[in-house]
Amino acid sequence: MLEIKNLHASVEDKEILKGINLQVNPGEVHAIMGPNGSGKSTLASVIAGKEEFEVKKGSIALEGEDLEELAPEERAHKGIFLSFQYPVEIPGVSVTNFMRTAINESRKARGLEDMPANQMLKLIREKSEMLEIDRKFLSRSLNEGFSGGEKKRNEIFQMAMMEPKLAILDETDSGLDIDALRIVANGVNKLRGKENAIIVITHYQRLLEYIVPDFVHVLHDGKIVKSGTKELALELEDKGYDWIKQETVV
Amino acid sequence: MAYTEEELKKELETKEYEYGFYTDIESDTFPKGLSEDIVIAISQKKQEPEWMTEWRLEAFRIWKEMEEPEWANVKYEKPNFQEISYYSAPNKKPKYNSLDEVDPELLDTFKRLGISLDEQKKLAGVAVDIVMDSVSVATTFKKTLAEKGIIFCSISEAIKEHPELVKKYIGTVVPRKDNFYAALNSAVFSDGSFCYIPKGVRCPMELSTYFRINQAGTGQFERTLVIADEGSYVSYLEGCTAPSRDENQLHAAVVELIALDDAEIKYSTVQNWFPGDKDGNGGVFNFVTKRGICETNAKISWTQVETGSAVTWKYPSCVLKGDNSIGEFYSIAVTNNFQQADTGTKMIHLGKNTKSTIISKGISAGQSQNSYRGLVQVNSRAENARNFSQCDSLLMGNKCGAHTFPYIEAKNKSAQIEHEATTSKIGEDQIFYCNQRGIDTEKAIALIVNGFSKEVLNKLPMEFAVEAQKLLEISLEGSVG
Ligand SMILES: Nc1ncnc2c1ncn2[C@@H]1O[C@H](COP(=O)(O)OP(=O)(O)O)[C@@H](O)[C@H]1O
Ligand SMILES: [Mg+2]
Repeated sequence: MLEIKNLHASVEDKEILKGINLQVNPGEVHAIMGPNGSGKSTLASVIAGKEEFEVKKGSIALEGEDLEELAPEERAHKGIFLSFQYPVEIPGVSVTNFMRTAINESRKARGLEDMPANQMLKLIREKSEMLEIDRKFLSRSLNEGFSGGEKKRNEIFQMAMMEPKLAILDETDSGLDIDALRIVANGVNKLRGKENAIIVITHYQRLLEYIVPDFVHVLHDGKIVKSGTKELALELEDKGYDWIKQETVV
Repeated sequence: MAYTEEELKKELETKEYEYGFYTDIESDTFPKGLSEDIVIAISQKKQEPEWMTEWRLEAFRIWKEMEEPEWANVKYEKPNFQEISYYSAPNKKPKYNSLDEVDPELLDTFKRLGISLDEQKKLAGVAVDIVMDSVSVATTFKKTLAEKGIIFCSISEAIKEHPELVKKYIGTVVPRKDNFYAALNSAVFSDGSFCYIPKGVRCPMELSTYFRINQAGTGQFERTLVIADEGSYVSYLEGCTAPSRDENQLHAAVVELIALDDAEIKYSTVQNWFPGDKDGNGGVFNFVTKRGICETNAKISWTQVETGSAVTWKYPSCVLKGDNSIGEFYSIAVTNNFQQADTGTKMIHLGKNTKSTIISKGISAGQSQNSYRGLVQVNSRAENARNFSQCDSLLMGNKCGAHTFPYIEAKNKSAQIEHEATTSKIGEDQIFYCNQRGIDTEKAIALIVNGFSKEVLNKLPMEFAVEAQKLLEISLEGSVG
C-alpha cells in the first residue's frame, strides 16, 4: 500500500526527516510513537504532500505509484487521508458544506457525478450516528469554537465520510476523554479492512488498547530507531522515551 | 499533473475577463462634450416635458460650479468630461412584446452572460427591465404588476406617463447639489428604472434590472427612483456586467429610494463591471450616489456584492427620518489586481428609536486597495438611536491593503453605537487543510471566501446569491500565492 524509502525532508534547510523507511501493507495498522519534536507530524505532512517541506532524498509510493509529482489534493483523491493534530478553523463554512465539497471534488477527480443529495444525507446520518455526533454540530462552522475533543471527533467523522485507503491519524487521542476515545476508536476500527491501512501517530499507548496495531515504530530525531509489535508500545510506556534515546546513542 | 503555485498563477492570469466582449448594435450617439445645448438635446431626444428640461439645466448650472471630490482613498486619472458622449441609444427603437422580437445579438449577449432572458422568464417571479446603453429595450411581466397597481418602467417612460410622481420625488433624497456626480447625473441622465408600489401592496416578485455599459466612450448616467407607498413592500435587484475595454469608462448613477410610513424596500446589487486587466489598464470608474429615506416605521436594506470596477466610490445610505425606522447595509466588496474600492455607508439617525445595522466584508487580493468608510450620525432629536457595525477584512497575499474608517457623530446621549472590526488572512494551513480533503486551491479559496461572506450572501435573494457566489470565484481567480 505505502512504501517509504530512505526519506529525507527539510524545512528552511533544516533537516527534519533523516532517512525514513516504512512499508505498510493493505489491512495493516501501524503505530508511530516518539517524543515531541521527533518528526511524527512532519512525516504525516510529507506523505500528504505539504509543500512547505522539501523532500531532499528518497521516495514515497502509494500502491506502487510514486507520489512526488502529485499535489496534496491529488494524493487525497488517491485515498490518502490525514487526521490533523491541529485542525484549522474555516469560519462560515459548515462541516456539512465542507464535507459535501470534499466528497464531490474527489468524485469529480474520479470522473463521477456529484453525489445525489439524498445519498449524501444518508451517509452523513450513518456516520454521525456511528460517532455519536449531534447533527446540530454539523451545521456549525468548521472547527470554529470546537473543543479539542470535538475537533478530533470531527476529523474522524470526516475520515469515515471519505473512506480513505490510507488514513494517518496524528495524535487523534489528545484532547479526548475516555468515553470519546472509545467512540472514536470504534469508528476507526470500522474502517479497518483488507483493503485499507491505518497509521496511528500517538504519544501514549492508551489509544493502542483500543486500536490495536500490527506494528509499532519508534521515531526519534527523524529516524525510525526501533520497530516491533504491540508489546513495544507497552515497553515504551514502562521505560519512557529516554530508554530509546539512550539506546540510539549506544 | 502537479501545479506549483507559480504555474497556477500564470495560467489564471492569462484567462481573459470572462465577460469581455461587447455587442455590436447600431446606435445613435451624440458628439462628445457637455454644454447646455447637449443637456437640452438629451431632454428633447427623450421628448421630455419642459419642467424636466429646466430641472436638468439647473443641475447642469450647479455642476459647472462644483469641483470633483478628492477625499476618497483612491487614486485615478480624472475623467475628461468633455471627452465623453452623453447620449447613446440602440437604434432599433420599438419596444418588444415578446422575446422573439428582441435583437438576436442582444439575446446572445445575455446568453453568454449566463443570464439569458429565457432563463430569467422561467425563474419564478422575476420581472426584468433591461437597461442597455441607456434605453430600455425590453420590459416583461408588466401586466402582472399592473394588476396590483405597481408601476415598473424606465424612468423616461415614467416622466411621460407618471409626471406627478416623478416631479414629486425626484431629487428629494439626492438633491442636485448633493455632490459633483449627482449634479452631473441630474443634468444628463439617459435612462434608468422607475418603480412605484401603491399603499399596502406587497410586490409579488423580485424586480430586477440588468445594467450594461456598451458603447465605447459613452458615460452611463442611470437614474433610479423607487417609491414604496405606505405599508408596501418591494425587493429590487440590480445587477450588471460590462464588456472589457481599454479606455476608462465613467459611470455615475443616482439611486433614490423612498420608503413611506410602514413600508419596506430591499435593494440588492450584484456589480461586476470590468475591473481593468491584471496590469491595471482599463476598467470602469464607478461613482454612484445611492440613498434612501425612511419615514415612520419604515425599513430600507441595502445589500451589495461589488466585484468590479477599476475605481469604485459608493456609499449607499439611509436617512432614518421617521421614528422607529430601520436602516441596514450588508456589503461584500472584492478587489483584485489594481482595483481600488472606497465603499461604505452613511446612516443618518433623525427619528426616535431608529436602528441601523452595518455588516461590511472586504476581500482584497493582488495589489488592490479596499477601504470601508462608514458614517453613523445621530441627530440631537434622535432619542434611543442604536447602531451596530461590523467590518471584517480578508487579505490574500501581502501586497494588498484593507482600510477601515468608521466615523461616528452622536449628538444625543442616549445613542448606543457598537463597532467591531477584524482583519484576517487566508492562511497556508487553511488551504492545505482543504487540499488534503481533495479540494484544490482555487476551490479552497472560493470556499473560504464564501464562508467569510456568508452573513451577507444570506441576505440576497436565492438566485442572486448563486450568481454572486460565481462572481466571487471569478473575481478572485489568479489571486493565489
Ligand atoms: N514549519 C516548520 N518550520 C520549522 N521547523 C519545523 C516546522 N515544522 C516542524 N518543525 C520542526 O521539526 C521538528 C519536528 O516537528 P514535528 O514533526 O511537529 O514533531 P512531532 O510531531 O513528532 O512532535 C521540530 O523540531 C519542529 O520544531
Ligand atoms: Mg506532532
